[in-house]
Amino acid sequence: MSIHTKTIAQLAQGLKDKEFSSVEITQHYLDRIKQSDLNAFVTVTDELAMAQAQAADDKIASGGASILTGIPYAHKDIFCTQGVKTSAGSKMLDNFISPYDATVSHQLNQADLVMLGKANMDEFAMGSSNENSFYGAVKNPWDKSKIPGGSSGGSAAAVAGGLSCFATGTDTGGSIRQPASLCGITGLKPTYGRVSRYGMIAYASSLDQAGPMTKTAQDAAIVLNAMAGFDDKDSTSAEQVVPDYTANLNDSIKGLTIGLPKEFFSDGLDDGVATQVMNAVKEFEAMGAIVKEITLPNSAYAIPTYYIVAPCECSSNLSRMDGVRYGHRCDNPKDLEDLYLRSRSEGFGAEVKRRIMIGAYALSAGYYDAYYLKAQKTRHLISDDFKKAFAEVDVIMGPVSPTTAFDLGSVKDPVSMYLADIYTLSANLAGLPGMSIPAGFSNKLPVGLQLIGNYWSESKLLNIAHQFQQQTDWHTKTPEEG
Amino acid sequence: MEWETVIGLEIHAQLSTKSKIFSSASTEFGQTPNSQACAVDLGLPGVLPVLNVEAVNKAIKFGLAVNAHINQRNIFDRKNYFYPDLPKGYQISQMDLPIVGEGEIEITVDEATKVVGVTRAHLEEDAGKSVHDMFNEYTAVDLNRAGTPLLEIVSEPDMRSAKEAVAYAKKIHALVQYIGICDGNMQEGSFRCDANVSIRPMGQEKLGTRAELKNINSFKFLERAINLEVERQQDILEEGGEVVQETRLYDAVKHQTRSMRSKEEANDYRYFPDPDLLPVEISNELLVSIKADLPELPVEKKARFITQLGLNEYDADVLTSQKSLADYFEVMLESNEKNAKLCANWVMGELSASLNKHQLEIEESPVVAAALAQLVARIGDDTISGKIAKDVFKAMWEGEGSADEIIESKGLKQMTDTGAIEAIVDEIIANNAPQVEQFKSGNEKILGFFVGQAMKATQGKANPKLLNELLRSKLN
Repeated sequence: MSIHTKTIAQLAQGLKDKEFSSVEITQHYLDRIKQSDLNAFVTVTDELAMAQAQAADDKIASGGASILTGIPYAHKDIFCTQGVKTSAGSKMLDNFISPYDATVSHQLNQADLVMLGKANMDEFAMGSSNENSFYGAVKNPWDKSKIPGGSSGGSAAAVAGGLSCFATGTDTGGSIRQPASLCGITGLKPTYGRVSRYGMIAYASSLDQAGPMTKTAQDAAIVLNAMAGFDDKDSTSAEQVVPDYTANLNDSIKGLTIGLPKEFFSDGLDDGVATQVMNAVKEFEAMGAIVKEITLPNSAYAIPTYYIVAPCECSSNLSRMDGVRYGHRCDNPKDLEDLYLRSRSEGFGAEVKRRIMIGAYALSAGYYDAYYLKAQKTRHLISDDFKKAFAEVDVIMGPVSPTTAFDLGSVKDPVSMYLADIYTLSANLAGLPGMSIPAGFSNKLPVGLQLIGNYWSESKLLNIAHQFQQQTDWHTKTPEEG
Repeated sequence: MEWETVIGLEIHAQLSTKSKIFSSASTEFGQTPNSQACAVDLGLPGVLPVLNVEAVNKAIKFGLAVNAHINQRNIFDRKNYFYPDLPKGYQISQMDLPIVGEGEIEITVDEATKVVGVTRAHLEEDAGKSVHDMFNEYTAVDLNRAGTPLLEIVSEPDMRSAKEAVAYAKKIHALVQYIGICDGNMQEGSFRCDANVSIRPMGQEKLGTRAELKNINSFKFLERAINLEVERQQDILEEGGEVVQETRLYDAVKHQTRSMRSKEEANDYRYFPDPDLLPVEISNELLVSIKADLPELPVEKKARFITQLGLNEYDADVLTSQKSLADYFEVMLESNEKNAKLCANWVMGELSASLNKHQLEIEESPVVAAALAQLVARIGDDTISGKIAKDVFKAMWEGEGSADEIIESKGLKQMTDTGAIEAIVDEIIANNAPQVEQFKSGNEKILGFFVGQAMKATQGKANPKLLNELLRSKLN
């Protein structure tokens, strides 16, 4: 078993047993990144990584190590990292060296992790294919002609391609779960408010949530332990006790009630994906779970609701990118308006501009009630659907994405691209935790199973996922084995 | 045609919190540019606002002081527009659900009292400052002020003259200082007024088109700017023109206003609730405790001055018009409980006149309250006369010492020795036979002549009461 196929738990054991050092595994990953053509990284921080690895080795030698000490990871380039370029996949921030650390960056530093670099992503997290990056598209390690999913496509490709042990991601409408699904890894989007958003470049503030992208559910639990918690710098982070997410992984799931929303198995769902999802559900039944059909009647409104709420928020969130204090500034502006117009026209990509325009339009005087307010009401309806569902079931399961990874460059119409998020959006709109776990293959491409839990049920979701991974080996498959 | 002026004011009061409304940076005035702008104030990517509870408490204080409804659930919104001194591209403010709802405040103009409605007051963050004269061809941005907490106090269009507008603005100015939520410093921009001014034919109910006057940083300019605007609108309407809705900047140096932007050019601010901030929830307990901690309000103080001290309405009104004035007066009262009216006269008379003459604020007075209190006490106990006291006051103002020291060193103590005064009176009567005759034939006014002569002879030190009694008995 080579180093890059090992989980956090396995690497931690090896480090403890002096099987290898952090410097060695870090070098191994850096070498692999150098040889890789996946374009998973915007910035590789070799020197910093080696220094962190050395410090981790010292700590291991002196006996103060934790399970994450010295583990190399890829950090989505949406998290501010002090002294390191933080681009959010945009030309706008191509010159932005963050003067401060995001709370998540700080937490991961405190855990003595080794940051290999900043992972590629769709510009400002807007996209489902990672083709909207100023730094170019990311390739799917399973088939380099395919997209890895987005917006955390670089993170997913890095983990699946053996370029980092795990990665961080952010999920506004599926940006952790969908790439995790399409790249065959485990991804967890926690409950809104579980992980601090401070220093995470905002796309849609009421939906954004950071989480781990890992090889296994156990690893996701280990990383979430380091990321979760109240942050007094983020008013929307919750003052909710952080449990040890690894503590309940081995609980029995006998008698677990699984809800299958009929709306998640409708016409648009690819047959191969449906088959793998249903096989996974059967596996759970075999483990003693009870399956129920449920309904989430307002699911159909998730896409229109999301594509009002998210653009509205992003149109305002991205206003600070004005070329005045940092970021891209056009050459020789002739006056203030020219400075704004050209800096923003040149700095933002097409999809970002599209969403800013949609949002600015929807928030305009005279349209606000029809769009933004209506969307807020629908959002409540969607949340209520889940409330009713969780009165009957412990967990909701279904597909993550209607298809497996599609060809790079194949989806050109933005609305078709938006449909890729059909099963993931509602968890963000409701603020619920969701996961994607590997559940098989269709045409040699990974298929993910989505788990949606009630608020603050991350422990339960990780427990369910871990139990599944004890019975199946989909999560151990790597592209190299073919 | 006879016109009626209609004025509403928007007052921005900077709340005197140590740190900013959404960050922990200091709010201190006059520091090196951008030295008090942290990551949050700079609007760096990824930063988030965290509400300063102190700003909320101060806004509640204001609401309670104007008997307003407090919205116990209120919401911060984003007001979106681009400007270099607005780092995030939006200002965090309150639109639909402000913290303070409808309230009212009483003003007095020319002894007539009226109630002015407060429509609302909401919390918001201040912008930074664009500096145009520091670098050649470049505009510089100083973000020290960005994020300073403001309470925007919006009045009903209840005022009918520039005088009333000034009276209202002064009332609010005094109030925010009384309750300790704003230092009221207009030069530093801690207290700013915008005036919405329109006119309509007398008797017409429908409001005329208004202009908003900005950039007014003193009460004097407020009055001038409004009067100027009223004239401008009258000229337009009387020539058959139409007033356009616009924002106008007042230039105090040229004493003119110029158009800044018209309604058509106005921004669509695309307000929406700020998703980075939770709704503010105010508990009943907090309201009760803030209410209990409110100091005596100007209106309460005024009532107390009238009922307990026996001051008249006018005196009580003037003395409570500024917190610093009331504080000064009350320090004097500590040692002069029985001489309240005399204290009031001295504060409003000699002291105010001298302060005006030297353009000093009462806090800067060379004669502090305790010193003036001693002087008034000497009048009260007949050590000196009111007339002599004026000379003593002048000497005190010049720094020659305390009232007692000056009275002692200059020998100004009043003559209360009946024998000595009697001798002088006798002499005057003997030397002025014709005047004595006039008095005896019924000219009472001539008594003043004798008093004047006696005062001259005693250098003003004769006890006036004693002197009068002696003169009358001798002349009769």
